[in-house]
Amino acid sequence: MTTDITSTEGTTGTTTEWPLWEVFVRSSRGLSHVHAGSLHAPDATMALRNARDLYTRRNEGTSVWVVPSAVIASSDPDSKGGYFESAQGKAYRHATYYTKSEGVKHL
Amino acid sequence: MTAPDRLAEPAASEEERAGQDHFDRIIAEDSRIEPRDWMPAAYRKTLTRQVSQHAHSEIIGMQPEANWITRAPSLKRKSILMAKVQDEAGHGLYLYSAAETLGTPRHELNQQLLEGRAKYSSIFNYPARTWADMGAIGWLVDGAAICNQVPLCRASYGPYGRAMVRICKEESFHQRQGWEILYELSHGTPEQKQMAQDAVNRFYGPALQMFGPPDGDSPHSQQSMAWNIKRFSNDELRQRFVDMMVPQAEALGLTLPDPDLKWNEERGHYDYGALDWNEFKTVLSGAGPCNVQRMQRRRQAHAEGAWVREAAVAYAAKMAERAAEQTEQTERTDRQLIGA
Amino acid sequence: MSFASHDSATKISAGSAISAEEIAASGATAEPDVATYALYLGDDALMLAQRLGWWIARAPELEEDIALSNIALDQLGHARFLLTYAGTAWGKTEDDLAYFRDEEEFRSCRLVEQENGDFGQTIARQLIFSYYQHELFRRLVDSNDATLSAIADKALKEVQYHQDHAAQWVLRLGIGTPESHERMQKGLYYLWPYVDELFHDDDLTRDLSERGIAVLPSSLRADFDRRIAELLAEAELEVPDLPGAWGGDRSGEFSEHRGHILAEMQVLARQHPGATW
Repeated sequence: MTTDITSTEGTTGTTTEWPLWEVFVRSSRGLSHVHAGSLHAPDATMALRNARDLYTRRNEGTSVWVVPSAVIASSDPDSKGGYFESAQGKAYRHATYYTKSEGVKHL
Repeated sequence: MTAPDRLAEPAASEEERAGQDHFDRIIAEDSRIEPRDWMPAAYRKTLTRQVSQHAHSEIIGMQPEANWITRAPSLKRKSILMAKVQDEAGHGLYLYSAAETLGTPRHELNQQLLEGRAKYSSIFNYPARTWADMGAIGWLVDGAAICNQVPLCRASYGPYGRAMVRICKEESFHQRQGWEILYELSHGTPEQKQMAQDAVNRFYGPALQMFGPPDGDSPHSQQSMAWNIKRFSNDELRQRFVDMMVPQAEALGLTLPDPDLKWNEERGHYDYGALDWNEFKTVLSGAGPCNVQRMQRRRQAHAEGAWVREAAVAYAAKMAERAAEQTEQTERTDRQLIGA
Repeated sequence: MSFASHDSATKISAGSAISAEEIAASGATAEPDVATYALYLGDDALMLAQRLGWWIARAPELEEDIALSNIALDQLGHARFLLTYAGTAWGKTEDDLAYFRDEEEFRSCRLVEQENGDFGQTIARQLIFSYYQHELFRRLVDSNDATLSAIADKALKEVQYHQDHAAQWVLRLGIGTPESHERMQKGLYYLWPYVDELFHDDDLTRDLSERGIAVLPSSLRADFDRRIAELLAEAELEVPDLPGAWGGDRSGEFSEHRGHILAEMQVLARQHPGATW
């Protein structure tokens, strides 16, 4: 083989780079899938298999999701204020805000 | 095109100031920086270098141990070793994932390694000559790595810290299995015990060097500590490691190859002899016993795998194309059926 | 050492499944014929694990290093179960059998002893062997021998994955690029002469299958052929039309490669006879 190590192209000139996928693992029934990390794979089928091999070697999971990293939209950290400020200071959304009923059972 | 751009510059630097303030506040609160946060260019660069070097070390570090998989002296040990080397590939992947969140794709990091532009831990440039080296690598090399890595679980960069948590959890078996290999050998035949002592003699010094140069000679350490990437200095971690190793070596019935090693009542620590930093620099700079061999194998695997990676990409593209054609076909048929 | 992590995705455990140690401790003793049959299957798994182990740190991509080592670990596990069980007939351990038998005492087939070649050839070997093993273990779970049945039950689930791994790669290499297509097809041609041997009946397998203990190898062939033909057609590859290689019936005929594999595998253990590790 004479493939040039500095090249990211294969012998026919097409790219050999596999895209990035985010992996989510459900550790047991009843729980949500939690982000475990990422990996590279040529397609979804292989991404799932690679995820199984990489992120569930120690019995960590009962179910796996893979998502192409490129399709994840996320909130802008710079506009943190605008996104999350509104939820601050609304104590009346929480049960602890209501104190008059203290001592009353089953409420 | 030109005038508005120039006008925009001060605004950008104002943004940068706000970013820096936000970054400084997060570091001061000992909270975590996440991938999309603004961060100083030097912080990004330092972390990219550190995390990718760490990943490269895991990947190159597979080789000295993989060298013994086919010759492991029992099937149980063969299973353990195979699982351990596999873990190292996994740890390399966790770390590349973390490094990629800083903006450099994995293939670029890999190119840096293959072209010799990136470093990896110099310890893996020593040969694994005997089976006892599997013990010494597990006990001393992984032991030193764990000592380094536990504080990194709290590194200020979120993805790095999370990768380290996972790695530390998995690695707890690596050091124990190494210690156990040496224990079996040191309680076996005289030849086995000699093999164990010889391995410890060869790996002890290089393992202590894994913590990096002495504090006075470690230019990046100060800044890394200020950024909460590093939590303890090189010498602090090295001392902690020596203090842990002495009783463990006693339990093995093996000696550590340092005539100056002795308990210092006043300090409450073991004193240890000077390390050969000339050796460290020589090995790190490329002239160690196995540097050429390790790099050659990595390059060869990458080059010989190109046609496979390429085929997988081509297949994915063909399947996507066929799926699109099929959808179009179905839609056409549907339209015909409806009579549109 | 403890780690404050609330990340439920990193919860780890060993799970529950049979182990070689449990088989040794179970007190089950194989009769000599059953033990020899266990060697047929166990030696295959051991040789394959030994071959696959070579790929670690050499695979086309890091993710594939992990996949191939997973398969190697599974096969090594099967070998340990089967050799441990075989050893109960003669008072020997898995390691006595793996490290202190000579070439002619092994019972592996020639297929698993073949070189790795390029990735295409390794995948061709994986395809043939995992499809064969799948048919075998699928039936061996019904064995009258409780230990063989339990081993087959555990192994079957793992082999299903090996089969899938091989099939996925056969599709990608077969359809991917002209180069990958050619390499995959060459790998199949190279190994095809060793397919027949997998399905060869001998006195031992005939006798044990009549007693409901073993699976008659020839009974697996039709399903194997059908499923391989289906997959290769989908992968745009041809089923090689080659006669089986002469010789090789697990009674002492073996490949040139076996000696090299054993020389490497046994060297250290034999330098220190009687030592524990």
